[in-house]
Amino acid sequence: MGGVTVTALDAAWADRWLRECARVLAERREELIELDRAIGDGDHGENMDRGFRAVVAKLDEGPSESVAAALKLAAMTLMGKVGGAAGPLYGTAFLRASVAAGDRDKLDGPAVEAVLAAARDGIVARGKAEPGDKTMVDAWSPAVKAAATPADGEAALEAAASAAEAGAQATKPLVARKGRASYLGSRSVGHLDPGAISTAYILRAAVTAAVSEISAGDVE
Amino acid sequence: MKKLINDPRAVVDESLEGFGLAHADLVEVQWDPVYVTRRGGAVQGKVGLVSGGGSGHEPLHAGYVGQGMLDAAVPGAVFTSPTPDQILPATQAAHGGLGVVHIVKNYTGDVLNFETAAELCAAEGIDVRTVLVNDDVAVEDSLYTAGRRGVAGTVLVEKIAGAAAERGDSLDAVEAVANRVVANVRSMGLALAPCTVPHAGKPSFELADGEIEIGIGIHGEPGRKCVGLEPADVLTEHLLTPVVEDLGFEAGENVLLLVNGMGGTPLSELYIVYRRAAQLLADRGASVERSLVGNYTTSLEMQGCSITVLRLDGELTSLWDAPVKTPALRWGV
Repeated sequence: MGGVTVTALDAAWADRWLRECARVLAERREELIELDRAIGDGDHGENMDRGFRAVVAKLDEGPSESVAAALKLAAMTLMGKVGGAAGPLYGTAFLRASVAAGDRDKLDGPAVEAVLAAARDGIVARGKAEPGDKTMVDAWSPAVKAAATPADGEAALEAAASAAEAGAQATKPLVARKGRASYLGSRSVGHLDPGAISTAYILRAAVTAAVSEISAGDVE
Repeated sequence: MKKLINDPRAVVDESLEGFGLAHADLVEVQWDPVYVTRRGGAVQGKVGLVSGGGSGHEPLHAGYVGQGMLDAAVPGAVFTSPTPDQILPATQAAHGGLGVVHIVKNYTGDVLNFETAAELCAAEGIDVRTVLVNDDVAVEDSLYTAGRRGVAGTVLVEKIAGAAAERGDSLDAVEAVANRVVANVRSMGLALAPCTVPHAGKPSFELADGEIEIGIGIHGEPGRKCVGLEPADVLTEHLLTPVVEDLGFEAGENVLLLVNGMGGTPLSELYIVYRRAAQLLADRGASVERSLVGNYTTSLEMQGCSITVLRLDGELTSLWDAPVKTPALRWGV
């Protein structure tokens, strides 16, 4: 991969993933506020930025011992700091993902699929949205499907992130049926769902954390 | 954006700090996590009442903490529901041994966070009942939306359930009377101009000159349609008619009429709306037994109002009249 290496999807990767989420969501704060302002109440960017800044503050206390521990730390922090609908939804997603990661040292392709499927199932259970409702499920659902094929963990993540991005873009023509955007009815058509977009950023961050420049700390 | 603030991120905390100082005789503000309790904490042997939601709807909810109403309120970030780690200690602080009723507005975020918190409370051994307020008739097809929203009717639920708890009703009875208010209260609102969330820095929606939004929720999110501006009497009819029709109104009923300001409309205009709403109710043979006019459930500085009608019976009227002593509602004490 020429100067770039794929790292194992281990505890260090999980910590890098969460830090990368915080970096990207801080960078995309305004964009997510703007998307949410159009069909919600304009707080999604602020809430996600606040939540992941709190996650980084926790990570700064010391490295996670396992993938599951990192995901659980994220779950508890997001549930406590984000609020709105996104807090319980992402909190539940990371909590279920943590349980699915179990005691694995690192994730391979099937484990990535299992973790993402558990996250999606948690979101569906809490939010009761179905595909096509114009919610983050429209990014999570294709992501899980795409992660099913590759045996390799990084390839599964890459497939999931790309599918989430396509799924998020595909929310544009939909009529919202859940959350605050649902009150707009047909007027929600033509706008991207902010939760689906933040999901795409979070899954892309997982890939970025896996494909890193060779450095002393990252070499297997 | 011109606002009387310091740092957009400090708005909720600094406002609560002032609130706590101004009403130190009635409430205590707790920090980390943030919630507001009645001064002196839970009343032993009384059902606890907790509500909460996004900030920006003042005096909802912290303004209604005190004798005869809420035992604790949980403010979230502006227009964002509070989190379970705030709701749990607020519920513990409100628990006087007989259990606690959570009064929750039907918004996705509020419902999810209170649902999670109720599970945590149950694990701590507190019997928590959740009463969902969904008085907004503007949301027409609940099948394809998150359902009817909880708006200004919430104040009436909090007042009446609070009075029932104060007179010593059981958890079942307080829950039942709160649900009876929910079943008999309807609201609808309109916006003349949007508001600006401090950390977003821009208006929360767009309205052209001469346009108004009919059927808004308390964040300005729409429910029915965007129409041209009309005289107050016409707009009042646009709001009152769906409210009354949804209540399944019959001549001879006694009602409470609340004309609520969204934060940026003068009281004089609210009284113009009240005047017409009272006329329309009289035309339908209703008797307005109790009334309330003012900013009770706001959306920051939004211009607009909502109309709420509650069908009264003898018990609801006497619970409404019962003494209340909170920062924002006070009589009979």
